[in-house]
Amino acid sequence: MHLEIKDVSYSFDGKRNILEKLNFHVNEGEFVTILGPSGSGKSTLFHLTGGILKPDHGDILLDGKNINGLKGHISYMPQQPSLLPWRTVLENVLLGSELAGMKDKERAKSLLKKAGLGEYERAYPHELSGGMKQRAAFIRSILSPQDLMCLDEPFSALDEMTRVQMQKWLMSFWEEYRRSVLFVTHSIDEAIFLSDRIYVLSSKPASVIKEVVVPFPRPRREDQLLSDEFIHLKRKLYAALKPN
Amino acid sequence: MIGRGIWKKGAPFFLLILLLAAWEAATVIWNIEKWLLPAPSVIFFEGIESVHNLLGHLLSTVELALSGFLIGSCIGLLIAAALHLFPGVKDAVYPLLILSQNIPIIVLAPLLVIWFGFGMLPKLIVISLVCFFPVAVASLDGLRQTPDELKHYFKMMGAGKRQLFWKLELPHSIPSIFSGLKISATYSVMGAVISEWLGAKSGIGVYMTLASSAFRTDRVFVAIFIIMGMSLLFFGVISLLEKHLVSWKRKEDEKHASGN
Repeated sequence: MHLEIKDVSYSFDGKRNILEKLNFHVNEGEFVTILGPSGSGKSTLFHLTGGILKPDHGDILLDGKNINGLKGHISYMPQQPSLLPWRTVLENVLLGSELAGMKDKERAKSLLKKAGLGEYERAYPHELSGGMKQRAAFIRSILSPQDLMCLDEPFSALDEMTRVQMQKWLMSFWEEYRRSVLFVTHSIDEAIFLSDRIYVLSSKPASVIKEVVVPFPRPRREDQLLSDEFIHLKRKLYAALKPN
Repeated sequence: MIGRGIWKKGAPFFLLILLLAAWEAATVIWNIEKWLLPAPSVIFFEGIESVHNLLGHLLSTVELALSGFLIGSCIGLLIAAALHLFPGVKDAVYPLLILSQNIPIIVLAPLLVIWFGFGMLPKLIVISLVCFFPVAVASLDGLRQTPDELKHYFKMMGAGKRQLFWKLELPHSIPSIFSGLKISATYSVMGAVISEWLGAKSGIGVYMTLASSAFRTDRVFVAIFIIMGMSLLFFGVISLLEKHLVSWKRKEDEKHASGN
């Protein structure tokens, strides 16, 4: 799986561009983060990739095939867990694959067990904590058959402690499965800790102003968060994000 | 605590007993004539005495109300689904739906008899007309109020209009649909009685008209109590069904109520 965003521009009113000549790519099995300030058009970028919106200019290529305005090619994890309250956790994590027309109950069960949600298979979403709900939402997107996973600030609604735990959890899970991930966030720490590569977006209109390769080896460890190299990288990204 | 629990559950019952006692006392104190306002005890014994006669009437009313309710609710659901899926049609049709509820049934009913005769058809039309509306309005609201974040997830995952409806909007609106069904269930009994006034061989409505024209006020009251009981029973059955089908909602509400 290889995603390429090529010269993509988009505007809501036909005058002021939200995205301007955006260029980036995600390689097979790579974790790529789009880092940008709030309101920089990150969500719009996802809507374009998901096919809800169509770019005014440029191409969105998945394995070389143009998917401008085509839905159903990505597996999506939104900011809110968006679990269906009338479905049990097991039925919920199967939803993504169900919409694509294939269900694998056994795999779902084993993944839930691995995510520490084995006992909650039959529970309803309101019985879960915020972190557990997001874990279920992540399992749901892993179970969806599409090769590219798009995660839209999935931890921004969680408290700090839970967020750090979730990041570690996500890392260990992802390092085992190695799906291609396009991750959006406005947290610099989160971006460095999780990604292979980071693209920094400018705001209004959004375009890529910096590309950074994260040099830390995998599996990632928490103590890397305090190393000099980490601080150095953080400083670099912070400077790039700062409005001129 | 236990005493309070009993009070909370039994309060309507105690109040009813109190009202009936006051009624009974009033008829004795002021010596009210039986044909003007019979005492509850008189009504009760009249009811017991004519149980044999009443049973047939009761059954045909139940049958009528139930079939009218089913037809009306189905029509209500279909209308809600159609209007939801075709928003353009909704703008045109919705005002007409409201107007349909402004037709005085008492006036419409005899006309229906002239058009369709004394059979089941005009009666079912009357009940359906009363029953479809609450279901249609409540379902439409439920469908419309589907949270945007869930719709957004479905769309991003490439769900089509059909999947969106069957897997998201319809299940989400089931609690609302039940609110509509509960109202319709109670209306259906009144609808059935009114439609029986038009001319039927049996039914509580027939029993009521006969009693009323014979100045048997006690029997009129028997009929009234039967209608109330039936409405309560219908309501109860729907509530029970709701409890089974939307247990997730009840648990969620309890959790919110407990401040979590």
